[in-house]
Amino acid sequence: MSAHPSTWQRACSAIALTVLVVGCSGRQAALDPAGDQAATIEILWTLMLWMCGFMYLLVLIFLGHALWRARHVLSSEPVPHGAQRPAERPLRMALAGWFGLIVGGLIVLSLGSFFIDRSLANARLDNAIKIKITAAQWWWKVEYLGETPAQRVATANELRLPVGRPALLELQAEDVIHSFWIPNLGGKQDLIPGRINSLLLTPRREGEYRGQCAEFCGLQHAKMALDATVVGERDFAAWRQQQLLPAHAPSTPEQLRGHEIFMSGPCASCHQIVGTPAAGQNGPNLTHLASRRTIAAGARPYSFEALRDWLRDPHTIKPGNHMPQVQLSNSDLHALTSYLDSLK
Amino acid sequence: MSAVLPREPGAAEIAALDAQLERTWGTGRGLWERLSTVDHKIVGRRYVITGFVFFVLAGVLALMMRTQLMQPDSELIGPDRYNQIFTMHGTTMMFLFAVPIMEAMAVYLVPLMCGTRNISFPRLNAYSYWVYLFGGIMIWVAFLLNVGPETGWFSYVPLAGPEFSPGKRTDFWAQMITFTEVAALAVAVELVATIMKQRAPGMTLSRMPLFLWSMLVTSLMIIIAMPAVMLASSFLISDRLVGTHFFNPVEGGDALLWQHLFWFFGHPEVYIIFLPALGMVSSIVTTFSRRTIFAYTLMVLALLATGVLAFGLWVHHMFATGLPRLGSSFYTAASMMIAIPSGLQIFGWIATLWDGKPRFKSPLLFVIGFIVIFVLGGLTGVMLAAVPLDLQAHDTYFVVAHFHYVLIGGAVFPLFGAFYYWFPKFTGRLLSERLGRWNFWLFFIGFNVTFFPMHILGLAGMPRRVYTYPAGLGWESLNRLSSIGALLIGVSVLLFIINVVRSLRAGDVAGDNPWEASTLEWATSSPPPPYNFMHVPVVTGREALWVPGPRQVMEGLSPSHREVLCTTVLTAEPDLRQPSAMPSSWPLWAALTTALWFIGSIFDARAVIWGSIPVAICLIGWLWPTHPEPFRERGLA
Amino acid sequence: MFSRYLVSLLLIGCSLFAGCEREKRAFHDEAPAMNDVSPTSFRAGGTPRPVVKNAQADEYERNAFHISEGKRYYEWYNCYSCHAAGGGDIGPPLMDDKWRYGGEIEQIYSSIVEGRPNGMPSFAGRIPEQQVWEIAAYVRSMAGNAAKDAVPSRGDEMKNTKPLTQIPHTPVRGDPPKTER
Repeated sequence: MSAHPSTWQRACSAIALTVLVVGCSGRQAALDPAGDQAATIEILWTLMLWMCGFMYLLVLIFLGHALWRARHVLSSEPVPHGAQRPAERPLRMALAGWFGLIVGGLIVLSLGSFFIDRSLANARLDNAIKIKITAAQWWWKVEYLGETPAQRVATANELRLPVGRPALLELQAEDVIHSFWIPNLGGKQDLIPGRINSLLLTPRREGEYRGQCAEFCGLQHAKMALDATVVGERDFAAWRQQQLLPAHAPSTPEQLRGHEIFMSGPCASCHQIVGTPAAGQNGPNLTHLASRRTIAAGARPYSFEALRDWLRDPHTIKPGNHMPQVQLSNSDLHALTSYLDSLK
Repeated sequence: MSAVLPREPGAAEIAALDAQLERTWGTGRGLWERLSTVDHKIVGRRYVITGFVFFVLAGVLALMMRTQLMQPDSELIGPDRYNQIFTMHGTTMMFLFAVPIMEAMAVYLVPLMCGTRNISFPRLNAYSYWVYLFGGIMIWVAFLLNVGPETGWFSYVPLAGPEFSPGKRTDFWAQMITFTEVAALAVAVELVATIMKQRAPGMTLSRMPLFLWSMLVTSLMIIIAMPAVMLASSFLISDRLVGTHFFNPVEGGDALLWQHLFWFFGHPEVYIIFLPALGMVSSIVTTFSRRTIFAYTLMVLALLATGVLAFGLWVHHMFATGLPRLGSSFYTAASMMIAIPSGLQIFGWIATLWDGKPRFKSPLLFVIGFIVIFVLGGLTGVMLAAVPLDLQAHDTYFVVAHFHYVLIGGAVFPLFGAFYYWFPKFTGRLLSERLGRWNFWLFFIGFNVTFFPMHILGLAGMPRRVYTYPAGLGWESLNRLSSIGALLIGVSVLLFIINVVRSLRAGDVAGDNPWEASTLEWATSSPPPPYNFMHVPVVTGREALWVPGPRQVMEGLSPSHREVLCTTVLTAEPDLRQPSAMPSSWPLWAALTTALWFIGSIFDARAVIWGSIPVAICLIGWLWPTHPEPFRERGLA
Repeated sequence: MFSRYLVSLLLIGCSLFAGCEREKRAFHDEAPAMNDVSPTSFRAGGTPRPVVKNAQADEYERNAFHISEGKRYYEWYNCYSCHAAGGGDIGPPLMDDKWRYGGEIEQIYSSIVEGRPNGMPSFAGRIPEQQVWEIAAYVRSMAGNAAKDAVPSRGDEMKNTKPLTQIPHTPVRGDPPKTER
């Protein structure tokens, strides 16, 4: 063995490191739990990994031993059915033991799964925030239900949750089947037209996470993501208050021009900006668009340029999505972008 | 039957009998004769080659997908085209390759292993191949013309419904299902009849090779499972063509109805693909460890248990849909339970190897690869059976890794082993051992490099069926690794094709039984003559050809008429002489009219009615009774 | 043998070539350029001018993707409020053979973009060009005048019309009705 690691060893350690890094951390990683549900599931995962890994090792050892043993055996007359082999009895006993091990292991795993599932179903619901999520092709409509209808906050493609408080999500679909999944926080649940499903998430760690649609829903299934941010209770209350405010009025002439373009063009038919005449329900609510982390359901991080590119032609970023391209002159485009960029 | 003591026939007598049997059972060389043949070996060979062609086509699609996924935010393939590609990959692999090729191997091998002259219902067999071929051509031509299906191989509604899947794409997909399911049902029926009624005298159920057991169970599963998917696809076509509301929740339908109907078929489908492979593994392990299978009875019971249990698992594909949790727990238990028979079988094969005298030829290498890969896939399956874990891993690359481990490990590896094992029997030549080793190792390494990282990708948050993914989530390196592995698999398959082409021309000549195997197909020449066996073999032990002493045969079948010997179901005593169908072109015509009927129905509902008339005419022609010859005129040997 | 397979493949292929047009998914095409003169110009008495057909516009009513999009935009831009699902409400029905301002796709486009007397708003600038063509194609399908193999049979909604695949072709008359209500 040379002092320097061989290329083979280097490659192996690089792969192992990648595996560890990719698998065990990240803002869309199931094995990096930031919430109760994901943590509970990780317990089950660990149990499964060890038990299944152990069984696999047994199989490999048995196979390896069988092949090793064969090295010294010469081929000769075949052994037909009926011939008594000295190894028959010990093999039968091993088979019985193997059967017992499998059955025992599966019973443990079934029970483990059952109890974990039960604990997920019995999770505490007190003081839960109620949020209604409606999935459409290819964005998420998010509505925080409040004590009264006036406390209702409507936003899109983002979820902000206070740490430590359970969030009860009511899941509906507008068109096809989608699936709501924030791996760091918990398992997924489908949104099926004609059904109302529910999902409970209890975040425990502040941070920015990413969710993604997990049921193939058409052309832009790949770009139907969600920004999930977990913040402290105080920050959450502040955010919620701010979301309740109507949209900023345009303050510069360019923003005013952009506002006019929005109201007189196709935009107002599909989008809502609270505090303006625009009240369309077909597309995402834009009242506080500029306060979001991403645009177009996670397709691009939010920035003036990204917004402008989107408005120029949505199909360059998300080809096939349902927002039509509206032909605008460069100055009109800039004005519209300035106005929307002011909607913090 | 003759009561005279057996005597050694002279060479001239053998040659005369051979010539007479060739005249009775042979297929001519002309085009029309080749199109009207009902010889199960010719139909089986066509089936295998066609299935393999679809395998390569779907593999090319996989390489395209992997190329796209090498880079984040890739613009190589647009979303529409990519959706069609992954749908065609899954559809082709599942409907046009996996099930048909297992059936194809069975169509070729089962009559030989049973010791009979032809499969039961020979014309139906020919019809089945043509229907399969036409269905496969239809969907691929559609794909090449931008009318390929785009909603996934299981095509969930409402996405696949009339509102969200415009055009005729999904209609072609749904009708392709009808084609392939008719073909599969036909073969299943023939296999059950052949295995139950046409086994060699003396081949009682407890002396039946495990390959025949697995094909029997598979065929019974096909007969029960396929109608569910035909029903589902018919409902879908009906919704899309004539505006019914089966899957429209507002008018009383249900989107989940599709999932239940489809997966009631879909889960047994994967066991339909898997069980024949288990039969192949048993054959190979027996031959190459030169020992009868350990715990034969348990292995048979395991096959039966798997076949029955497979029908009680389907809801594990629907754990995330919001079904009641207690009910889902039953499916968790059932899905875990099916690991028991598989686990016992794995023990059985390893024990056979342990106690036998293994020879490490290519077929056995593939079987060892199967054990290593399939068991890992089975264990990730046990993981996915648990509802909470499935709620994280469902519809991610973890599932993609799981099912490729069980399908490629559990079906494709044994299939390649079977190719290496039975190629001498099909063609009379051996495949190159050296190329076989390269084939195996490249496939094994390439497969693991491709699919193992996907377990991690899935748990790292990457969902499946995405045409691209954003940079910055840490998925790039593993995707790239996966794509390199895919290239290795491609090279390995190419090596296999080269091996086949070279060996066909210049491979070592195989004798009757180059592997010194024990099942009946090795008791005749390689390739077998059109009549399979000169005389009906008689079986006196479980490993028919390993029983010491001269082989026994039974005389009495007429060499001048096509007939097969039917035996009783349990004890395999000779029962009847059954006439076997003569070559006929009706199956081809019936298949053509069937194809026109099905394809017409995609475009116009009236074609369902008018298109059935030519089919009816062909069926009448096919089934028109021929004049039976009086029994006393049938030549007694 | 091989050539026979090839020939039969080509034959199947040709019959499906018609499908190419139907299945194209153009996310943002150039909308057809319309002449400045409205195709429906009405004068007191006299015969109306014949419709100037636009070849590019005709593709819309043969393309399944455009008709499907048109169905969605028909709902999104709230055509239902006056025209219901084609049976009409305070606006005239769109699934019959009475077309006051013409039933060709170019004429329907004009009606949407220009607005019409007695309550049809002008949607110029409110609906992007290509989307108007898609809606017009869908309106054509309501009267059975779009290509039958491109039309969706039903939507995932309450049953409100005959399946669109089964509506017979409705004659299109470009002239206004002789008597007004």
